Amino acid sequence: MNDSQIRGAEIVIKSLVAENARYIFGYPGGAIMPVYDALYDYMDQIQHILTRHEQGAIHAAQGYARVSGQVGVCMATSGPGATNLITGIADALIDSTPLVCITGQVVSTLLGTDAFQETDVVGISMPGTKWNIQVRKVEDIAPAIAKGFHIARSGRPGPVLIDITKDAQIALGEFNYVPCLNIRSYRPYPKVEDHIIEKATALINQAERPYVLFGQGVVLGKAEKALRAFLDKTGIPAACTLLGTGALPESHPNFVGKLGMHGNYGPNLLTNQCDVLIAIGMRFDDRVTGDVKRYAKQAKVIHLELDPAEIDKNVKCELAVLGDCKVSLEKLTEKVAKGNHPDWIMKFRELEAEEKRVVVGNDLSPTKVGLTMGEVIRHINEFKADDAILVTDVGQHQMVAWRYFEYKTTRTQVTSGGLGTMGFALPAALGAQLHDYNRQVICVVGDGGIQMTIQELGTIMQTKAPVKVVLLNNNFLGMVRQWQQLFFDKRYSFTELDNPDFIKIAEAYNFKVQKVDERTDLRQAVAEMFVHEGPYFLEVVVEKEDNVFPMIATGSSVEEVRLS
Amino acid sequence: MNKRYTISVFTENFIGILSRITLIFTRRGINIDGFTASESREEGIYRISIVVTTSEEQIIQLSKQIEKIIDVIKAFYYLDDEMVFQEIALYKIPIDSIDSGLEKVIRQHNARIISAEKDFVVIEMTGHKEETQELLEVLKDFNVLEFVRSGRVAVAKPMETIDKYL
Repeated sequence: MNDSQIRGAEIVIKSLVAENARYIFGYPGGAIMPVYDALYDYMDQIQHILTRHEQGAIHAAQGYARVSGQVGVCMATSGPGATNLITGIADALIDSTPLVCITGQVVSTLLGTDAFQETDVVGISMPGTKWNIQVRKVEDIAPAIAKGFHIARSGRPGPVLIDITKDAQIALGEFNYVPCLNIRSYRPYPKVEDHIIEKATALINQAERPYVLFGQGVVLGKAEKALRAFLDKTGIPAACTLLGTGALPESHPNFVGKLGMHGNYGPNLLTNQCDVLIAIGMRFDDRVTGDVKRYAKQAKVIHLELDPAEIDKNVKCELAVLGDCKVSLEKLTEKVAKGNHPDWIMKFRELEAEEKRVVVGNDLSPTKVGLTMGEVIRHINEFKADDAILVTDVGQHQMVAWRYFEYKTTRTQVTSGGLGTMGFALPAALGAQLHDYNRQVICVVGDGGIQMTIQELGTIMQTKAPVKVVLLNNNFLGMVRQWQQLFFDKRYSFTELDNPDFIKIAEAYNFKVQKVDERTDLRQAVAEMFVHEGPYFLEVVVEKEDNVFPMIATGSSVEEVRLS
Repeated sequence: MNKRYTISVFTENFIGILSRITLIFTRRGINIDGFTASESREEGIYRISIVVTTSEEQIIQLSKQIEKIIDVIKAFYYLDDEMVFQEIALYKIPIDSIDSGLEKVIRQHNARIISAEKDFVVIEMTGHKEETQELLEVLKDFNVLEFVRSGRVAVAKPMETIDKYL
């Protein structure tokens, strides 16, 4: 044995330290124990967060990655530990979140023998990962981790899984970390072509009713300033997708609202009236397009996109501007003519006024007895800091919070967009909070979703992360109930919940708690929540059978968006 | 309109690459008609030919999603007339079926006997699927015991080579 040799398990930790990983979100178990043993000596260099379930670990890593822009790291043992990561892996792939997941695996001689806690996690995770690998030799550990980080964070980010057999963790090897900078079969940044920029410029300059739709690509590409400069110069109205929210301050004069099934009235409806549609870092999800056969047919579509596989996938474009959208936007801003479109923007404002009159007023300042989700968000806006992060789960509360929360800076919106993973919010809020203990992190969650990962209250307790949990409780799986009401003849099949006393649960986890079911107490309760320094749990009992509007029903066109 | 396409994929030799590629077809519910893999002209780079019948729209998306796989260097797609291709077929015939009629059939189809055993002979034919299929139909009169046809081996007519993507 050479003195400079260390165990594979220690190589794992040293590699993570070399990649500047700040946290490991994880859960120990048999096949990953050597790595946990090695971790014991590195607690001053890397912090491990022990969640209460592996799904909690990966969602926390996602929350951390989304607000920090760094690669989130999570760790689990073989078998059930690894399979519990799968939902988060699928979520991170569809929402382009950079993750490195490290799983332990049974010793290599037992592979394929149905050994205790053996599962083919490389096989299971293959369709959900950007890249994955099984490592069976100690000398392959560091190169695999280096390659994994490079792949996770470059180009269109995504989750990577590295499965390491226990014998590789135990074996001795040299540690010589070489960061991975290039893989010959992988070209993460297509070059922006100048002749394409010229064509795009011509299309934009001659447009009478141009319209910008921006998505999370702007955030991931750090193109927020470039987007703003482009909009300032061209005067083009711009709307955001769910995950693009916050990339442009909502106070920007060109910002006209949000797209999608429960987005704003004007931005959806006017998609079918623009003449040039400029899509930036978004992928025309079906929740944005509605019936794609009747989506923006009149418009010439310019698609600024990093991932070639997104071009023409859902919506055929006139011109694909492949490459980093920051580069493309900067080049375009330089070339395009200065312009403004007051009459066109006025159309959005008119429809915005109509939406306010029919929907928003009743949501934010209701006159009926029951509390609305909207008025809770209104009071949050009143007391929150400008850079507060909103983490939401999935369902009605997610849509209402998104519609009404005042986003002022980038990376303040964390939610499960593409996959729609209930149970995401609570652990993701923990991860978001760990990025910065001094930022406000507000976790708005429903009574259904919170119970999917409610055990992570324990992780929040242990880390003392000052997350503000706002439970909007309607004792229903509200979004499914809404669909049952509108499309299934009010047949409320298995959507009503007999809930526990959430306050008692939160108290048991050492949260400061408050429960509100009267309008007169709401404002004060929200104010108190923000004053409290530690973790806080506010339960608001809201109207049982409220619906979220506007809405584009499945199969409808964007121009058929309904206000009621 | 559906047509027959060959996707020609150049990949690194990475464990699991075949699974990753086939998953893309599985997900969209597209049946793979033929599949072959071998090392390419470049050492260490593998070449996979996949034959599918689908629309042009789908084949473009499939190719792009295959190319998105980290260890895939490049994926091209071609219509049949943009490639030179062959398949090989083997037919196992019992010895007691052999007569002058069989010999004539073999000659007519440019096939040949590549092995003669105590109880059977093996006939080999290379060609397009339609041709090897036609021979199979004819040989059915001679009691075919076993039949197997390979996937397509194909080279593209366009003069582009993989070097420029390395």
